[in-house]
Amino acid sequence: MPRVVVDVMLKPEILDPQGQAVANALPRLGVSDVASVRIGRRIEIEFTGEPDLDRAREIADKLLANPVIEDFTVRLVEADETADARS
Amino acid sequence: MTARVGVVTFPGSLDDGDAARAVRIAGAEPVRLWHGDPDLHGVDAVVLPGGFSYGDYLRCGAIARFAPVMGSIVDAARGGLPVLGICNGFQILCEAHLLPGALTRNQHLHFRNRDQVLRIEAVGTAWTNAFQPGQEVLIPVKNGEGCYVADPATLDRLEAEGRVVARYVGGNPNGSQRDIAAITNEAGNVVGIMPHPEHAVEALTGPSLDGLGFFTSVLKHLVGAPA
Repeated sequence: MPRVVVDVMLKPEILDPQGQAVANALPRLGVSDVASVRIGRRIEIEFTGEPDLDRAREIADKLLANPVIEDFTVRLVEADETADARS
Repeated sequence: MTARVGVVTFPGSLDDGDAARAVRIAGAEPVRLWHGDPDLHGVDAVVLPGGFSYGDYLRCGAIARFAPVMGSIVDAARGGLPVLGICNGFQILCEAHLLPGALTRNQHLHFRNRDQVLRIEAVGTAWTNAFQPGQEVLIPVKNGEGCYVADPATLDRLEAEGRVVARYVGGNPNGSQRDIAAITNEAGNVVGIMPHPEHAVEALTGPSLDGLGFFTSVLKHLVGAPA
């Protein structure tokens, strides 16, 4: 059964201190060519029946994301892709 | 008749006990409300206490917003019921859209726990009418996600309408925009505050007694309010 994947990211204008902390740690790994890191959240939803993108959008808007500070995208992913969907 | 002030307990609330104690010290009767019970038991005002409701899962306050008790509180608040959200309670009020903006990770990523000076700027609210405009108070702050953010238009509107209730003085503990520590809604009955007035009501445990003013304010407000 396909799943719905919701990606939630802080809006670009909202400071992401977590991402900054990660970016600041990269030079310690010898990585010096990363300009910035932003951290978000990925949520996988499995419906009991057919996946419903509109319903997923409603869930994302009401609960999964806070539209004041976050943007989200909703997409359909085949079940066997979810383990390694690294688009 | 003694005013009855509800204090909600969510799974993960920490400061409901102290909030109820503050209500009692201020001279009102605390009424414990339960997150799963939509009945407000006829209370005259409500405090949403600090803590980590629902483990702060997803976002602070995001799940508490959908608790059965919150539906009743949102409706009653729109009808004028005084509601004070402290720390996690402030986060819940923002998530419930009773207050604008949002509270995000402290800019420096550290949990901050210290006694904090605040300047009270709006004294027309249900929860701050016992203060003088510009009065400085000392109240504990303790949060990891207390950085208040809103878009510039919202911040400008809050300032223009006198809805910034309190600002941090002597250092901003979490990076909140424009040093905002507390705000109110248009009607002035709903206030969200990041620091903890309920921890500053007794000499034995608090850095001052300044927090008591928030709780005596609501009693003054209720006496003056039409029945």
